[in-house]
Amino acid sequence: MIEIKNLHATVDGKEILKGVDLTIRPGEVHAIMGPNGAGKSTLSYVLAGRDGYEVTEGSVSFYGKDLLAMEPEERAAEGVFLAFQYPVEIPGVGNTTFLKTAINAIRKHRGEKELDAMQFLKLIREKTKALGMSDEMLKRAVNVGFSGGEKKRNETLQMAVLEPRFAVLDETDSGLDIDALKIVAEGVNALRSPERSMLVITHYQRLLDYIVPDHVHVLAAGRIVKSGGKELALELEKNGYRDFGVNEAA
Amino acid sequence: MAAQPETIDQVRAVTEQKYKYGFTTDIEAEVAPKGLNEDIVRFISAKKGEPEWLLEWRLKAFRVWQTMEEPQWAAVSFPPIDYQDAHYYAAPKKKEGPKSLDEVDPELLKTYEKLGIPLREQEILAGVEGTEGKTPAIAVDAVFDSVSVATTFKAKLEEMGIIFCSISEAVQKNPELVRKYLGSVVPYTDNFYATLNCAVFTDGSFVYIPKGVRCPMELSTYFRINQANTGQFERTLIIADEGACVSYLEGCTAPKRDENQLHAAVVELVAMDDATIKYSTVQNWYPGNEDGVGGIYNFVTKRGACRGRNSKISWTQVETGSAITWKYPSCILQGDNSVGEFYSVAITNNFQQADTGTKMIHIGKNTRSTIVSKGISAGRAQQTYRGLVKILPKAEGARNHTQCDSLLIGDQCGAHTVPYIESRNRSARIEHEATTAKISEDQLFYCRQRGISEEDAVSLIVNGFCKEVLKELPMEFAVEAQKLVGISLEGSVG
Ligand SMILES: Nc1ncnc2c1ncn2[C@@H]1O[C@H](COP(=O)(O)OP(=O)(O)OP(=O)(O)O)[C@@H](O)[C@H]1O
Ligand SMILES: [Mg+2]
Repeated sequence: MIEIKNLHATVDGKEILKGVDLTIRPGEVHAIMGPNGAGKSTLSYVLAGRDGYEVTEGSVSFYGKDLLAMEPEERAAEGVFLAFQYPVEIPGVGNTTFLKTAINAIRKHRGEKELDAMQFLKLIREKTKALGMSDEMLKRAVNVGFSGGEKKRNETLQMAVLEPRFAVLDETDSGLDIDALKIVAEGVNALRSPERSMLVITHYQRLLDYIVPDHVHVLAAGRIVKSGGKELALELEKNGYRDFGVNEAA
Repeated sequence: MAAQPETIDQVRAVTEQKYKYGFTTDIEAEVAPKGLNEDIVRFISAKKGEPEWLLEWRLKAFRVWQTMEEPQWAAVSFPPIDYQDAHYYAAPKKKEGPKSLDEVDPELLKTYEKLGIPLREQEILAGVEGTEGKTPAIAVDAVFDSVSVATTFKAKLEEMGIIFCSISEAVQKNPELVRKYLGSVVPYTDNFYATLNCAVFTDGSFVYIPKGVRCPMELSTYFRINQANTGQFERTLIIADEGACVSYLEGCTAPKRDENQLHAAVVELVAMDDATIKYSTVQNWYPGNEDGVGGIYNFVTKRGACRGRNSKISWTQVETGSAITWKYPSCILQGDNSVGEFYSVAITNNFQQADTGTKMIHIGKNTRSTIVSKGISAGRAQQTYRGLVKILPKAEGARNHTQCDSLLIGDQCGAHTVPYIESRNRSARIEHEATTAKISEDQLFYCRQRGISEEDAVSLIVNGFCKEVLKELPMEFAVEAQKLVGISLEGSVG
């Protein structure tokens, strides 16, 4: 269970999160919507432990542990995964090498045996196929020269391989074509399980047709201003955010 | 997003090099009195029982050296060196040179064990995986301070007519070969450090591969400076006769000491018609501490002559150590269709300085050269790639491709690229590409979010950056080099 309580965070001295409260139980999928600049990505970075995002108040408990006290790599090993809104390019480092290093680092942290080359290859082949990705993409450097949609698919692949307990998907749908959206959503749905929870950040109701959330929240100006069931997304699609006293272009 | 200062501090913390070869060996040594004069040159020559012509050559060099000045053009800075305040000869005390490993001082054997260098032939056999039933992969010549202490697999090589021994031994046993080639690539008047080396060189390796022979194993030399206040001046000479082929690897370490020590080596390679020499270096001399105290001054002249048609010389270097590196392994492409290659990874951290690169001199027709240089700077280190591609008028159809990439870690280090191109033949094609990149905050966070620690992320990214060069190393050493790349940028020793 993830319990976010009264979370305040600043970036470069500017307060972006102004008291976020959110509880996500195992197996639940929560969607967060909200205007540009509301602080959605900021929330995801704070949860992942990015440098420069300073928590000034509040707490985050992750299955009973103090998440905010951990280094980013410890959080990953504990099972926190962030699918980035803007995935990062790492020239020279092959996708396969990257993933193998990641999964073995996490396994090592958990006291599990590292996967050997054969075991890993088998795993990654399986996952790649399920996501309709080509083997050729595995050989390329991490995200280098990938199209916007390919990058998002690659994030989903990483999630599928690392099998986190809690995944934050930051606009994983943006940039995907219609077919890719379905494939990625299916990939995400395949990962849904009673032990795994997800926080899906999106601007579009469409994604939520595929990944049906248990709860939908509106984040505006650094606070959750409204929560509801999946029908809230439809309402937002129709009326925008004006009911929450925010200008959509803010 | 701009890098956060505290993260840069962290990166710096993980990039602080921990040097694991910094121990000293307690061995009684025979040391020449401090200072440099004609008597010292005579002393060294006499110690080695050298023939008259070699002593004369040394003395000529010494006289020229006295008229020379240290080169000032490199982008490195250091306090003036007092050449009179060092010993020019140090040898482990022994009545005679060891005849077999059993005669080698056990302390010395222990030293090499600590360094992970196999001197016992059966250990080498046992240590090489995946070569069961095949010829062993490595023969080693170990040089301790000024003297070669052991050469392995000599007998096996001799069967094929290959000579692999210390240069002192070659002077005794194969004087005509040494006399013919010594100084034929790097003349005794070449430059300040090389000329000094001619006068006072003490030992090094000698290789001769006869016509048509492909050397069946890697030849390797490990240099170790142990004695305080000594300079090390090795001299290596490798000759591949017509159609011969050899791969040679050089590795080096030194103890941690607060004072700087000078290492001024000369390496000469000669490739005849259709011959190939591959020369790889993993240079890991003590780099000094985090504050820039101590470390080796590595002022080295390496040059290969592609004398014959279709000959090829390939330099691969992984330079992670030394306080200052001044080094330009070069190729003189004299024979038609000859090929020169230079693959380099240089890592500088803390206060290390490196000014390194290559010279490709195209003389023959259709000569080709490839230069791939990868420079990585961290801490307050400064690094310069300095390269010369020179096409002479007769080098019809000459081609060069240069790729020069720099990677910066943090924002207090520097990387500079100084390519000189001189073409005097209009049919020549010369290409030069250069890039500079930085390990970004974003990249490190991305890796860490996937569970990879900051140190491992740096190592992963740096290894990715230089894999094009690392893959040129002999397989046995590629893994070692990869680790070294990681270690020299990490806080921990693997
Ligand atoms: N380094 C920074 N310095 C100053 N302001 C910042 C910094 N990083 C983010 N911000 C500001 O924080 C606010 C929240 O940004 P965030 O990226 O979290 O928004 P978002 O809700 O994810 O928006 P979008 O829907 O456009 O992705 C924005 O106003 C942004 O400009
Ligand atoms: Mg965002």
